[in-house]
Amino acid sequence: MVSGSERVTILNEDAVRRTLSRMAREIVEVNEGTERLILLGIQRRGKELAERIREEIQKSEGVAVAHGSLDITLYRDDLATVGPRPVIGESRLPLSGIDEHAVVIVDDVLYTGRTVRAAMNELMDWGRPSRMHLCVLVDRGGRELPIQPDVVGRKVQVQEHQRVDVLVPELDGRLAVELVTTSPEAA
Amino acid sequence: MSPAASSLGKDLVGLEDLDAGQIRSILDTAEPFKEISERKIKKVPVLRGKTIVNLFMEPSTRTRISFEFAEKRLSADTVNIAASGSSVQKGETLVDTARNLEAMKIDMVVIRHWASGAAGFLADRIPSNVINAGDGSHEHPTQALLDLLTIRDHTGRIEGLKVCIVGDILHSRVARSNIFGLLKLGAEVGVCGPRTLLPAGIGELGVTVFRRVEEAIEWADVLNVLRLQLERMKGGYVPTLREYNRVYGISTRRLEAASGETLVLHPGPMNRGVEIDSDVADGPHSVILKQVTNGVAVRMAILYLLAGGAPEQAEAAKQEGVG
Repeated sequence: MVSGSERVTILNEDAVRRTLSRMAREIVEVNEGTERLILLGIQRRGKELAERIREEIQKSEGVAVAHGSLDITLYRDDLATVGPRPVIGESRLPLSGIDEHAVVIVDDVLYTGRTVRAAMNELMDWGRPSRMHLCVLVDRGGRELPIQPDVVGRKVQVQEHQRVDVLVPELDGRLAVELVTTSPEAA
Repeated sequence: MSPAASSLGKDLVGLEDLDAGQIRSILDTAEPFKEISERKIKKVPVLRGKTIVNLFMEPSTRTRISFEFAEKRLSADTVNIAASGSSVQKGETLVDTARNLEAMKIDMVVIRHWASGAAGFLADRIPSNVINAGDGSHEHPTQALLDLLTIRDHTGRIEGLKVCIVGDILHSRVARSNIFGLLKLGAEVGVCGPRTLLPAGIGELGVTVFRRVEEAIEWADVLNVLRLQLERMKGGYVPTLREYNRVYGISTRRLEAASGETLVLHPGPMNRGVEIDSDVADGPHSVILKQVTNGVAVRMAILYLLAGGAPEQAEAAKQEGVG
């Protein structure tokens, strides 16, 4: 982490759990059940969040929901300019495919909307879902594309020199959402 | 921060120029590309709008087609040029050919050439990315990388593994690239072949020389069996094909006489009944067709790593989760 940065917890572990549990109920609600539902987490933290939402749905509805992960690196619109080539993660879709299924894209933070654009393009190359929904833990505003989420955990106002970090135990050792403020010279 | 793969620079000329981290980075990057070839729509938009010229001054089927599949599955536009039927036959030099191509605004050149050093020569003279698809008896880096990937797939590691290259080491760019790659990743390397087909001073590269193929098989976890280039017969390096097969041919009998499991690779095209017997090529030890499948993934990874992302444009990879 950059020195000279300040972290404030927006959601602690319990708050993230409660939020994910509500988001799970909302997903079932907007899809009117769990039939032909697929949860697709965007690599890397979206995938871990999708896994938790899946467990919540399984607990409350008593059914196993199909799930997978999506790496959007090869569909990024800035690949020619990002410099060092990003490492490509794994895309794993359910064996049933996604044709005629209701796909819920799960990601940690929604910002410019470019990741979601890439995810939608990638999914269109995989098949033809009957519908797609977008589910994010944090909406921090700042959209550059006309994309809006259907299920949101928390809206956060973000100022200049601030960013939102979603932390998951698998990658960061804990579950939390934090607002990070970096001093201009450190940023 | 999203993790970044090791940079390869502008070109891929040979494994001699890469370090272990860069080689591992290519192999790791190839993993996700394997899956793309299993999809219903085998295409991702990474190289959309890029023009790639496949300049093949020497015959090749497998390598050229493998590169072409890799390029097309990454959405690049491709043009193939062969020595016959091109202005090369009219006496045009390699640099002039390349400069003319550059004038038509291309992004990458994949080159196969009969002259050792041709790929590096070209890489130094044109701004496009250059990928060596085999130059004389110098290097064939993509073949060695797909061999490494196939070995790693089946054994789970390269480090500490004993790999023996059997056959014509003297003229083989595949052997050279394999030796560089394997040693850099920490494998033990052996070579085995007729004295006439082993370069003088090969031991100085840090490889073990086996005179008898039975000893090599007993020692090795992996055999990489090279094609006996039949044009070498005329050069008097080998008395007869029959004799070569009797002394150095990889047969089921020889494999079964050795203790332990031996993995058998061959870069193709095979001379069945010469360097390798049919029952070995088609048998349980062989991973020869896996090599071909992996070849497409490795080449996709190299194209991905080389295209765009020029070092001078490098900036810290963007914050993860920004989208």
